[in-house]
Order: sequence, then C-alpha cells, then structure tokens
Amino acid sequence: MFEQLARLLANHNPVAGHRPWPRYEADNALWMAIGQALADGAADLMGLWADKAKVYMAIRAAAPLGPFVVSTAIRNSEFPSIGKFHAPAIRLERAIRDLYGFAPIAAPDRRPWLDHGAWGMRAPLGSRFPTQIRDPAAYEFLPVHGEGLHQIPVGPVHAGIIEPGHFRFTANGETVARLEERLGYVHKGIDALTTDVEIEQAARVVARVSGDSTVAYSFAFACAVEAALDIDPPPRAQRLRGVMAELERVANHFGDIGAVCNDASFSLIHAYCGIFRERVLAASDRAFGHRLMMDRIVPGGVEDMSPGGARGILLMIEETEPQFAEVVRLYDDTPSLQDRTCGTGFVGKDLVKQWAAGGYVGRASGRDFDARRDLPYAPYRGAAFDVPLLTQGDVNARVWIRIKEIEQSFRLLELWLADVPAGQTRVTLPPTRHSEGIAVIEAFRGDALVWVRIEDGRIARCHARDASWFQWPLLEAAIENNIVADFPLCNKSFNCSYAGHDL
Amino acid sequence: MRTLLLKSLFMRAATIAAPRPDDAALAELGKALEKRARRLFGRSITIREVDAGSCNGCELEIHALNNAVYDVERFGIKFAASPRHADVLLVTGPVTHNMKVALERTYAATPDPKWVVAVGDCAAGCGVFGENYASIGAVANVVPVDLHIKGCPPRPIDLLKGLIALMDKATAK
Repeated sequence: MFEQLARLLANHNPVAGHRPWPRYEADNALWMAIGQALADGAADLMGLWADKAKVYMAIRAAAPLGPFVVSTAIRNSEFPSIGKFHAPAIRLERAIRDLYGFAPIAAPDRRPWLDHGAWGMRAPLGSRFPTQIRDPAAYEFLPVHGEGLHQIPVGPVHAGIIEPGHFRFTANGETVARLEERLGYVHKGIDALTTDVEIEQAARVVARVSGDSTVAYSFAFACAVEAALDIDPPPRAQRLRGVMAELERVANHFGDIGAVCNDASFSLIHAYCGIFRERVLAASDRAFGHRLMMDRIVPGGVEDMSPGGARGILLMIEETEPQFAEVVRLYDDTPSLQDRTCGTGFVGKDLVKQWAAGGYVGRASGRDFDARRDLPYAPYRGAAFDVPLLTQGDVNARVWIRIKEIEQSFRLLELWLADVPAGQTRVTLPPTRHSEGIAVIEAFRGDALVWVRIEDGRIARCHARDASWFQWPLLEAAIENNIVADFPLCNKSFNCSYAGHDL
Repeated sequence: MRTLLLKSLFMRAATIAAPRPDDAALAELGKALEKRARRLFGRSITIREVDAGSCNGCELEIHALNNAVYDVERFGIKFAASPRHADVLLVTGPVTHNMKVALERTYAATPDPKWVVAVGDCAAGCGVFGENYASIGAVANVVPVDLHIKGCPPRPIDLLKGLIALMDKATAK
C-alpha cells in the first residue's frame, strides 16, 4: 500500500534540519492526496498539529518509506481538512481550530472541542479575539433517534478519584445505544506554555502532560530535543531511561489490572495489585528519588540512579513476581469475574487499524504495533522482548495484554540492571540556530509523540500527542450494546488519559 | 482462591505505621479553623476528591491512600462518590477555566460545615502551569481553602499527615 504514498512523495525533497524522520512540504493537492491515502489504509496517522503558519501531520508508512512528517502552509486561516477523508483526524482538527483559529476546509464536524467558551477569547494561540463567556453546557451533542431512548449525563466530576470529562449516554433500557464523549475540561494551555520558552522549562511542563506517563513524556521530549540537536545521551543514561520506562509501565499495569477487577467488584485482586504497585513505586523512589520518577529524564541524559537502586528493584521483582503469578491464576480461575470481563467492551480489528490505536487497546484487538520494537529507540534497539498480541478485543484481552507485558518488563529490567554501563549520565546541549525533532515513545497506554521546533536554543514550539487521542473514540464503539453498568469496566480497561488529551 | 485467602489470614499486614501529623499543616489549619465553624465529626470525615485540572499525578497518590499500605480508612477517613456526602473537598489543580463552574457547583453541593484541602503544588498556585488563558491557577482563586498539602505530587505519607492534622483539629473540641 505504501507505493501510493511513495509515488506522491517521489518528487519532493525533505526540508533540512528535521530529524530523525524526514519532513516534506506539501501543497494543498498533495496534502489532500495524503488524506485520501490515509483513508485507503496506506499508512497510520500518528499526529496532526499546528504551528504559527503551518499544519503538520506525522505519518507512519510501511518500509521502505517509513515514518515521516508532512506540513502545509496556512492560507487565509484555512487548510484542507484531513478529517473529511480520515475520521481519526476530526478531533485533532477541532482542537487546532480552537487553539489557533485555523479552519479545516470542508471539515465534517465544526463543533468546538477544547474551547468550552470559558477562556474569554477565541484562538488563544492565534488571533486571541476577545469573546463573551459561554455557558459550558451549551454544546450540541449528536442526535440519537429511536423509541424508548433516554439520556444519562455523567461528569465532568465523576464518582471515583479520577480525572474529569463528560459522558453522554443514550440508553435503551439497560443497553447503551450511543456514548458521546465531551472532553477538554483539564485543558490548561500546555501548547502555549511550551511555545517560545527555555528547553528546561518546556521539559518540566511536558513531564506533566499526563502524570501517569511522566517518564514516557520526559523520555519523548528528551529524544525529540536530542534528535533536533543531533546528539546522543551517554550509554548509562540510555540504559537508565529504559529502566524507568519499564518501571512506569509495570506500576501502571498493576494499577489498571487491580482497578478493572475492582470495577467488577472483585476487591481481592485490587488489594493485591495495590500492594504490588506500591512496591514498584517504593523501589522507583529508592532508585531515582521520586515515586513517579518525575523530571528524572532530561534532554541530554538522566539524573543518576542511587547506589543501591538496582538491587532494590531486582529484589522487588523477586518478591512480587511469584505473588503476582498467584493473583493471575486467581483472575483466570474465577468464573464470576471472567463473566464480567470476557466479551465485554469489544473493539474490532478494523477500527483499531483505522484509528492506529496504540498500546493494549490496539494489541488486544490484533494490531501488532509497539513503538519500542517498530520505531526502535535506545535502549530497546536490539533488546530481546516479546510484544504480546491478542485478537479477542474485549476487556479480558486488554487485561491479559497488561499481564503479559508486566512479565516482559520484568525480564528487561533484570537484563538491564544486571550490568548498567558506568560513566556519565548527561551531556551538555550544543547551541543551535534552527532545527526540528520528533520522537515516539511507547508509554504504558500506547505511543506518545513529541515534536519540537528549536530556534536559537529555545523551544519555539512543542507538541505532545497522547495515545488517548486515538483510543478515546474507540471507547465510544466499545460500549455500544453493552449495559450501562459495564461502562466503568470498559473505561478502566482503556484507561485513556484526560490530561494527556486535553493538554 | 481459598489458598490465597488462607495465606492472607496468616500474612503480616502490609499496612504501615501511622505518621505523626505534619507541624506546618497543623499550624495552617489552626488559623483556618479559628474563623470557621467547629463541629465534632466523631473522628470520621468523608472526602470528595475533585480533579479541577491536574496532570493526574496527584490523583495517583491520593488513590494510594486507599491501598493496603496506607489504609486511610483506619483513621476514619473515607472517600465518597458525591459531594453531598462529603465533609472535605480534596481539590487538585491548577483549576482550569473549563473546570471552574464544575468546581463551584461541587463546592456549593457540599453541605456546611465543610473544609477544602488543596492538594499539590499546582493547587497551591506554585506549580509549572501558572495562570494563563486556560488556567486560573491556585484553588484558592476559586473557592476558599483551609489547608494546602504541597508536593509534585505530594507523597501519600504527606497526604496522610495533612489529613490526620485536619482530623485532629476538627475533633479537638
């Protein structure tokens, strides 16, 4: 399928100073042709964002073309809509319009997305045109027709200790006929906060895009900056980045497995997983001085590991793994629990492929993609690990992907911690005039993309795209024809990020 | 499952010893409570958590309070699903403009007497996000705050100290 794209790009030379992927400048015709190619399934859409005068798309095509970025200039505050061809682009385009005021021409959905009318202005990163404050409830949900339907509004403040968002259920009796999400409640202007700032300042903001993926985002930001500056961190730093990323993955997976079981009212597993998660965080704290390992990965390297850190992590694995195996057996042997998770919240392979859904959402529905293996970066390049893949596409499959990934992460940690290279953990950043960098890191919930444009040693523009952008819409599909009471279960099995999406 | 349950019977508890209430938190609360209604809660308070714009880091650590290691319920502290059942609002921030109305409504729905605890640096107005077109910053810019528990995010043990201080003060008379 890549031939179609390769033909389109054949006469184009990439612009200078965009690393490691090439970036092509496109006119409107080429931009739309690529949109059509995405709709034909020729490649995956990995991101769509705007800058002062351009919109950009990150695309992953099969070898030999590989991943690339394409951009087109904004004319008269407009650009041709990709969402018109390829539905996964729709929410990203609505966000661009809200933030920059650039209108996607012929877009299928013209409603605002992040802008709830509370900012007192339109296009805060563009014209900053002053507006009246709107009632936040004034939002047009999609119409649902049929007999005996009723609506259940949920949120933004939810019952649990979780992030805010609004879910509009239309149910027929107990069965969900449609779920429509409304997000953007935790939008705090991250794109603005990472525009024209020092690299260190931007790093601290990007580390807080989504607290549960702070390692992954710091990792991605560091790699993007290093790609732009064309430098490599020292071997010890590369290794420790991998260690932190796997600890974060394991901690979150433990939390999620416990929470899914808890939402099925099986609190025993929840209690055990809570203890396991706590052990991982305690070991991370001892090794890196912060339970979530925030701000430990920085452009140019890492903060070093404490002397007893490796031993603490290895002991934690030794203690936890056999106990976790017992809990997994319990999960598998309890029919009342399986009754809740098996067959619930099904997502088909066609949808995860179309949306290029990353992480366990994609891998539980047969999409064989893991950035650690398929867009390899240090220290995963050449590392031996399996990427678990299932095709059932239900809550149970998403739980099992996590179970198997914990196992793989433990193996990687043992392998890496057996001999951590000695030496420096940081290099100084060289000065630079103009360059651009992109990086994709496999966070626990899927691929996180960070793109930076550096001007005179400062971050001129930075964009972070969470895996959730391509997972949230599939949750709407997963819940269809399930009962309302199974929504928490489905939602937890996705565990999409609100903060990472709303920015 | 039976073997696992049997093992649990003889296992040492995972729960850690109770920390002493934080001095700084006590001092701040003392001031706050003098001005406000005091009432005995019978050593039991119910908390409603509100994420008003956080990165989710604070939520992860608040969640940890409920696990077997910190086991916050042994102090009579429990989390409720509705603000109507709550004595305390635990708010994380920065408060976004998009969450302002929801936070105000949650505050209004919480019956008096009530306390507001702002959790994390962002909720205290000293986080990385600051104030901009989308962020109002500190929780105190939207609703009155009785206690700040700082940290990015605060460790569960710090949260526990702050909440125990709150309990001690609330039940002092």
